[in-house]
Amino acid sequence: MSKISEHDVFVVADNILSPLGKTTTENFEQLKNGVSGVKQHNNANLSPIPFYASLFDENARFLQSGEGYTKFEQLLIASIADALIDSGIDPKEKKTVLIISSTKGNISLLETEENNPALQQRIAMPASAKLVAEYFGFQNQSIIISNACISGVMSIITGMRLLKAGQYENVVIAGADVISKFIVSGFQSFQALSPAVCRPFDKSRDGLNLGEGAATIILSTQKKFEGSIKVKGGSVSNDANHISGPSRTGAGLAQAVKQAMSDAGLAVADIDFISAHGTATVYNDEMEASALALSGLQSVPLNSLKGYYGHTLGAAGLIESIVFIQSLKENLVIPTLGFAENGVTSEVNVCTSPLQIDAVNFIKTASGFGGCNAAVIIGK
Amino acid sequence: MATNKYLSSTCTIAKNAVNKNGITLFKNPGTDITAFLLSVYQHFHFNYPKFYKMDNLGKLGWLTAEILLKDDFERFNYEPEEIGVVLTNSNSSLDNDLKYFDTISDIPSPSVFVYTLPNIVIGEICIRNNFKGEHAFFIQEKFDAAFIAQQVNYLLDNDILQACICGWADVLGQDYKATLFLVEKKKNEQALLFSPENIDSIFNTI
Repeated sequence: MSKISEHDVFVVADNILSPLGKTTTENFEQLKNGVSGVKQHNNANLSPIPFYASLFDENARFLQSGEGYTKFEQLLIASIADALIDSGIDPKEKKTVLIISSTKGNISLLETEENNPALQQRIAMPASAKLVAEYFGFQNQSIIISNACISGVMSIITGMRLLKAGQYENVVIAGADVISKFIVSGFQSFQALSPAVCRPFDKSRDGLNLGEGAATIILSTQKKFEGSIKVKGGSVSNDANHISGPSRTGAGLAQAVKQAMSDAGLAVADIDFISAHGTATVYNDEMEASALALSGLQSVPLNSLKGYYGHTLGAAGLIESIVFIQSLKENLVIPTLGFAENGVTSEVNVCTSPLQIDAVNFIKTASGFGGCNAAVIIGK
Repeated sequence: MATNKYLSSTCTIAKNAVNKNGITLFKNPGTDITAFLLSVYQHFHFNYPKFYKMDNLGKLGWLTAEILLKDDFERFNYEPEEIGVVLTNSNSSLDNDLKYFDTISDIPSPSVFVYTLPNIVIGEICIRNNFKGEHAFFIQEKFDAAFIAQQVNYLLDNDILQACICGWADVLGQDYKATLFLVEKKKNEQALLFSPENIDSIFNTI
């Protein structure tokens, strides 16, 4: 048995709550069957024109009694509650902290409630964090991360570092975003939405799909979890180039990838798979392919899960990491839905059919508005 | 390795005044936030056309960083990857979210939508200064000196960064406040120690 450093960060439990299922297992089964949550929606409350997205059913219930909680908070609570079952982690314990990741939180309340100072306080994310923390009895001040599309990956990195520093023993990381007219109209104004199911890295890709979802990952340094999958390293970078356009070179993401490998003490040869951001916008996928080439990872198999989930914003990094954690457990990589022909200038090895693989480490990447990039390495 | 870190400079913009290192550099009482921020830009003779298209959070954070770093930062001591930004606030980008929401019923504006994320102000500061290192935006009910110190200490102690701009930048309507700290490992003449107590006290002075 290898020697365990006291700072090893173990993945204890997880949950994915999405239109595809309420647990990680349910979600992974759907992915294995090639089921996508992305459908055409014709809902005037969200968009004046039909659009493709992965959304919860309008009548979906997430909690037995959701009274007093918004949809955003219900998603977080339901996801955390499932992850905690049989996890051996007590949220009321003093060495446990909650991290919440979201890009827009309760912003949809602007569409249904009257705008006044009380509503503005209700929208402020600390209000949601307080309600969720009280529901479970978390003792420490919760940490809220809102850093565009890298929020989910950043929250895993932040949790890992808090544990490595010995600040806490357990971290419960939950992310969620609700798709509202606010968000749909914004992406439409950028002409970023695909008129069909998105096609990551494909020649005919024409934009992204939005998606709703929540996810939770519980991390711990407790010795009793020895032998579990570990979060090994991570890094965040900024392009310092443009607030809404990805860098043309991919240098920023490449920097995050290289730093994450160095943080984990791993080399290119140790990375068995890449869980890409792969939003299926022309510029993101092109930038990402360049970044992977700059990092020496161009021949490593890669997938994007956006064709199944759409872009779930603050939950994306968590959902996509958890799918890969499941892949490590089942030795099965999920193919990239929507990809047929390579449409990026750099070489990429896009996984197009279920891949049986005895993988040890994967790297999850993400990039977003504000020039932000993040990479985290998780492995056995 | 944990070593001492120092506050090479500090800057607060709040209550219609600009204060750097404890000295009030500019005041413009009686103006609303938009006019005040523009007057700060003009007073310091900044020349950065991108300023005009930023939302108020972007303008506030950018101006505070600009004044924080002015004359006090030897950026060429560092690689771009060695300098980072850690910011916090309580209202995220709600000030601009409300403005964007007003455009939806007419024609949704992409140039307003892009500012509906709090970390865009970090992007603006990074673009201006070519900072490419670690960054993060945290939402907190109020200024949490201990949390900021913990985060920044981790980044500097582990040599992930060598210098970090950190602090608070919050705007909602006419309420605004930004306090930023430049944290470095080297001690300038009168630099205070970077500690939760010191940054809390500086934050609460104004």
